[in-house]
Amino acid sequence: MSGAAAMETAKANLDVFSETLLALARKNRNILVVTSDSRGSGKLVPFAQALPGQIVEVGIAEQNLVGIAAGLASAGKIVFAVSPGSFLTARSLEQIKNDVCYSDHPVKLVGISSGVSYGALGSTHHSLHDLAVLRAIPNCTIVVPADNFETAEAVKAAAEMPHPVFLRFGKRPMPPLHRPGTKFTVGKSLLVRRGNDIAFIATGETVVQAAGACDLLAREGISARVLSMHTVKPLDEEAVLQAAQECGAVVTVEEHSCAGGLGEACAAVLLQSGVSVPFRIVGFPDEETVSGSQLDMMAYYGISPEGLAETARTLLNRKRL
Amino acid sequence: MMMPCFKQRTDKKRKEADLDCLLHRKSIEYRIRLLKYIKNARAGHTGGSLSCVDILNVLYNCVLNVSPETADDPRRDRYIQSKGHSVEALYVVLADRGFFPESDLETLCRFRSPYVGHPTRKIRGIEHNTGALGHGLAFGAGAALAGKMDGLGYRVFVLLGDGELAEGSNWESMMTAAHYGLDNLTAIVDRNQLQITGRTEEVCALESLVDKFAAFGWSVREVDGHDVTALRKVLSSVPFEVGRPSVVIAHTVKGKGVSFMENDAKWHHGVPSDEEYERAMEELRAQLEEAEP
Ligand SMILES: [Mg+2]
Repeated sequence: MSGAAAMETAKANLDVFSETLLALARKNRNILVVTSDSRGSGKLVPFAQALPGQIVEVGIAEQNLVGIAAGLASAGKIVFAVSPGSFLTARSLEQIKNDVCYSDHPVKLVGISSGVSYGALGSTHHSLHDLAVLRAIPNCTIVVPADNFETAEAVKAAAEMPHPVFLRFGKRPMPPLHRPGTKFTVGKSLLVRRGNDIAFIATGETVVQAAGACDLLAREGISARVLSMHTVKPLDEEAVLQAAQECGAVVTVEEHSCAGGLGEACAAVLLQSGVSVPFRIVGFPDEETVSGSQLDMMAYYGISPEGLAETARTLLNRKRL
Repeated sequence: MMMPCFKQRTDKKRKEADLDCLLHRKSIEYRIRLLKYIKNARAGHTGGSLSCVDILNVLYNCVLNVSPETADDPRRDRYIQSKGHSVEALYVVLADRGFFPESDLETLCRFRSPYVGHPTRKIRGIEHNTGALGHGLAFGAGAALAGKMDGLGYRVFVLLGDGELAEGSNWESMMTAAHYGLDNLTAIVDRNQLQITGRTEEVCALESLVDKFAAFGWSVREVDGHDVTALRKVLSSVPFEVGRPSVVIAHTVKGKGVSFMENDAKWHHGVPSDEEYERAMEELRAQLEEAEP
């Protein structure tokens, strides 16, 4: 599919989340959405109109959102607790830790407009810490879908999961990355581009940027592998090791702080397995970020086809040394 | 449902008097046991367990429709101990009700024992892991809401500490519970006036608690939290109003039942010395003798 054609069919993952959930919930009245005055930003207004008995509004009260979701789940409800990722994973972190994960009530935590989706609104609205904090909490699967297909599959999988899961969505239209018939499994990364010179291991809305870098590098005769590491936890360690061993250089990419996210998870796997290759974590630095659109912000920190291609060239030079 | 049965008595009033006499004795026995396990573990939240044990006694022996056999039944009543630190009171009551062998409590707080210092679902009969304060009411509201949605008749009871009410999350949940008209939800405040630092009114004043709950849309009753008769009556009459959540402000004494532990914040998680333990046991045994029918 050409780039232009791909963008025509592209929807925001958030839209696909709400459509998929509505379709599931029409067939199962135990499926509930809990929102904290966030149905609009969660694209859940159609859900609320179609199934008013299956949406619970708690007002702007994220701690309450997660606690109530846990109580509903304890009574057999299939609960999607939906709130902006920035608030959901900071304001209610203790509820996530204790009421959901430690108590093992299978709430589906949905961080909407995550990463820097809210771009110019500033740091209060960015969630660049969520993967780090949730990785350190036992009993929390973390899934960050890259495109519409991954999103729909992740929502369906989450509805069936007997333990807590965190889903992270952005709101920019995402072009398709996978062929029809691709099989999605939580915990198993997906190959987006074949290649053996260098590997990009990316997650969420950065995967398409890595694919763009791959296409730029191909013109220079460099074959880059791109993996969509949609499940950040549990990590597909086998794919990480294989990428490093077969490609000999690894760039990780995430719309998240460089501290504690996908990159450090991959680094730990590699070092503890005795695999040492040129390696770079591309994400947001440990400082107050610039503000602007999501794409401008990501590009500023090197998360763009050009920026990632440049990082790859640097690593390839080290690899050749 | 769960009411203990007294065969000889026919008259209802006499039956109730017998029941209250039994409850009164049970409370003293529970105090003896919880102190024994705290002493054995060299750890525990002594003062708060002693202040809430009469409430737990009445709930599990007269009010809650739950038993070891029905602990997984979707229709069971739910009890959530938001003030999780008073877990020793909960453990001895659950053991007495047959949820697990009381001898398990010999392992309280030991290495790898599931009987840790705050409630966990590893223990049969415990609905939710608590300990961090300000969590139980939201969870209880969620469980109550699910019960309403499914038309199941169960009730949810949440025990709150008074110091705990400084956590803002409680007030979020109070608003939601009132908004959804959760009259199957009852909060009980163990109003012992103390928290770890000292008097609640000196740490962060709560009063007027009655007015605050009422302003948040709850139906409020006050009770002597050590009077088993009064507790039985008030907890058996929820909801106080159709369409509103109920709250019972139970006026209690931290450390109740052991003279030198009463009303002293140092017993929040104080563990008695050998000598103090003997004195406490003497006092409680004397109370038990006095309570002979
Ligand atoms: Mg207190």
